[in-house]
Amino acid sequence: MTDQEILSGLAEIIEEIAGTPADEVTPAANFVDDLDIDSLSMVEIAVAAQDKFGVEIPDEQLKDLKTVQDVVNFVSKNS
Amino acid sequence: MIGTKILGIGGYQPDRVVTNDDLSKIVDTNDEWIRARVGIQSRRFARDDETVADMAEAAGAKALAASGLEPSEVDLVIVATCSTESPMPNVAATVASRLGIPAPGAYDLNAACAGFCYGIGAASDSVRAGSARNVLVIGSEKMTSWVDQTDRSTCIIFADGAGAAVVGPTGPDEPTGIGPVVWGSAGDQAQKIIIDGRDGKLWQDGQAVFRWATTAIAPVALEACRRAGVTPSDITAFVPHQANLRIIEAIARKLGIPRDRVADDIIHAGNTSSASIPLALSRMAEQGRLQPGTPALLVAFGAGLSYASQVITVP
Repeated sequence: MTDQEILSGLAEIIEEIAGTPADEVTPAANFVDDLDIDSLSMVEIAVAAQDKFGVEIPDEQLKDLKTVQDVVNFVSKNS
Repeated sequence: MIGTKILGIGGYQPDRVVTNDDLSKIVDTNDEWIRARVGIQSRRFARDDETVADMAEAAGAKALAASGLEPSEVDLVIVATCSTESPMPNVAATVASRLGIPAPGAYDLNAACAGFCYGIGAASDSVRAGSARNVLVIGSEKMTSWVDQTDRSTCIIFADGAGAAVVGPTGPDEPTGIGPVVWGSAGDQAQKIIIDGRDGKLWQDGQAVFRWATTAIAPVALEACRRAGVTPSDITAFVPHQANLRIIEAIARKLGIPRDRVADDIIHAGNTSSASIPLALSRMAEQGRLQPGTPALLVAFGAGLSYASQVITVP
């Protein structure tokens, strides 16, 4: 899976869960500051990402994933 | 084997309304944050002298009246609760006596927030097995007596109330109105929601519980549908435990059930643990949101961790 594929998959997830338009989900976007996504939505996104990419993102890791690129890197590294 | 059905439901909420603004005067929180995180706008707190049994009696009386049965026709009373003032005597026998039910089997059941669906499962099985003609199942909770009202992570969520249902046999040739219960537990995660000892207060690992509830519960509800021979698209009312509106919406989304069919009683009731499902059912009935004779899906989950789900036919 390329980073671009992960990014577009992640954008679909975020649009479904948080209602954020997929085109706003850019690599540099910060979940809290730019996308207005809170910790509970992050958990939902992590669960959906696990279903989609087969990569588990534990709660302990989740708080360190601040930007979209952080999640893309995490999925890429662990898939 | 005979079938079973819900004959009547009833709910009771204490008089005292507590708004988010009221709580923001006690702890560092605010209305917007609470609405966004848990979806609650107001909840009810019991009076200091109002007990789990008092609330159970009020809800039980309504369900009994709605069922059209005489008290003497009830052979078993089950009270689901995890918040009694003391472990003895049990609530069920006291409530049965107050309701004029003569000498029924009476026991309390603790499956925490999952208790009501456990109770309906046990009641249905008792009727089918011939152990009881009719069963009164009550969920009653005074969560506020076990919550630290200075802990802003829990005091905004938990509240008090009761709800009840009467379970009885179906008529000849009538299809069963209570599907098989799908229940289970995850005791390896027991430490995620606890009251630590006699003087302890309720504590939960909110994020972990949220993850579990939004992951593990939809498949349980789907299995309950499968066992009852229906699909989520047949469900006219989805009544999950009113834990947190975000959890409710996440589970509904996974099941593909439209929002207008989903109970959202938590908005004005808070999380009343085992009382939340029958309370929500009662509210939906009052609002004309239930269609008698159609399938409703119940699913409950909470401390234990424990969970249970079944499809019922709306009375």
